[in-house]
Amino acid sequence: MNIDSIKNGIVLDHITAGKGMDIYYQLGLDKLDCSIAIIQNAKSNKLGKKDIIKISNNFDIDLDVLGYVDPNATVCIIENGKLKSKHKVGLPEVITNIARCKNPRCITSIEQEIDHTFKLVNRENKVYRCIYCESKLKNN
Amino acid sequence: MKHIIDPMDLSVDDVDRLLNLADNISLRPEKYREVCRYKKLATLFFEPSTRTRLSFEAAMLELGGSVLGFSSADSSSAVKGESIADTARIVACYADIIAMRHPKEGAPYVASRHVDIPIINAGDGGHNHPTQTLTDLLTIRREKGRLKNLTIGFCGDLKFGRTVHSLIKALSRYEDISFIMISPEELQIPEYLKKDVFEKKNIPFREVREMEEVMPELDIIYMTRVQRERFFNEADYVRLKDSYILDPEKLKKAKEDLSILHPLPRVNEISVKVDEDPRACYFRQALNGKHVRMALIMDLLGVTA
Repeated sequence: MNIDSIKNGIVLDHITAGKGMDIYYQLGLDKLDCSIAIIQNAKSNKLGKKDIIKISNNFDIDLDVLGYVDPNATVCIIENGKLKSKHKVGLPEVITNIARCKNPRCITSIEQEIDHTFKLVNRENKVYRCIYCESKLKNN
Repeated sequence: MKHIIDPMDLSVDDVDRLLNLADNISLRPEKYREVCRYKKLATLFFEPSTRTRLSFEAAMLELGGSVLGFSSADSSSAVKGESIADTARIVACYADIIAMRHPKEGAPYVASRHVDIPIINAGDGGHNHPTQTLTDLLTIRREKGRLKNLTIGFCGDLKFGRTVHSLIKALSRYEDISFIMISPEELQIPEYLKKDVFEKKNIPFREVREMEEVMPELDIIYMTRVQRERFFNEADYVRLKDSYILDPEKLKKAKEDLSILHPLPRVNEISVKVDEDPRACYFRQALNGKHVRMALIMDLLGVTA
């Protein structure tokens, strides 16, 4: 299956197979006006299979969101049909308002204006804890 | 600005400094009677805790300062829907230091991000209670003369007890501490403490179901209350409840210099017959709480005698 290459824009590559749609919504790509291609289960020498997202426009990607959802993803910036830069995102140290604290005893459960912020406490096991109540973030 | 939100905000050196100051205060209280003159402590207690609030207020009064505040959310602007941040900002206009108790975890931390006066966490839900940890450390040091080379048993509700969790983390920074956890299966210490504290630091610990079998080994026993509602079934509660009540019979097997600690309030987990035993430290512990809060207030306000 072939998808045309893009002239100017962003390619999110090496997305863990199955996470493409999740990233599409979490990054708010559904709100963009440009052409976007989501390729699921593409063949990958490294991963076996992977998802790819091609965005035919340059915009500021929230790397924290991308890194949290899939730290293995890579961001490729394409300019004039050529690869301008490429880098792996990795897990962000802090995530804000990407996930919500589910501890009913946490102060965030009653104060609507407080940001839901989590800090990475164990990179190896991808453990984030709420900065207020220290509850472990689940469903990471 | 320094705040005390988590007991681990304090380094071992900070703890030593505070405990030394607390000792000096109790030895020569007259020297410290005026050090906080014209300073005001606001006690913002969004849930009642008479003991902790009185301890803070007594501490400030004995340093020559004044106190203001409220003792329940009903008498604060919280009932009108005011945020923690706004309450803290307003109180910071009137006071020099705040002690905050709140049923929601992280509330004092939120306050600390919006004011430039020190915030002391006086207990946030089941999360942290740093001045209780300092009280416990001061009590252990006063009773045993050291904070290392000790075998300490924690007995009762080790799953939900924040004082237990904080003290374990604080003591894990000292040398040669062995932990014995005495609790019913339902109330064992959380896995994360076993992994992140004991296993990570190679600290010896054991889990047992009954107090008697380990009593002769203990230098300290830290008692907490086992609540009936924490058990999954009535039969287990009936079978085990007496295992977690300390009485003179069980103390027969204990060391002569055992120290019995309890964060209080006690219900029935320590028999009143134990109160006269010189090994019972829990009322002295409450007094230590005032001294350590005096030291903390002085340290945070940057005042000296």
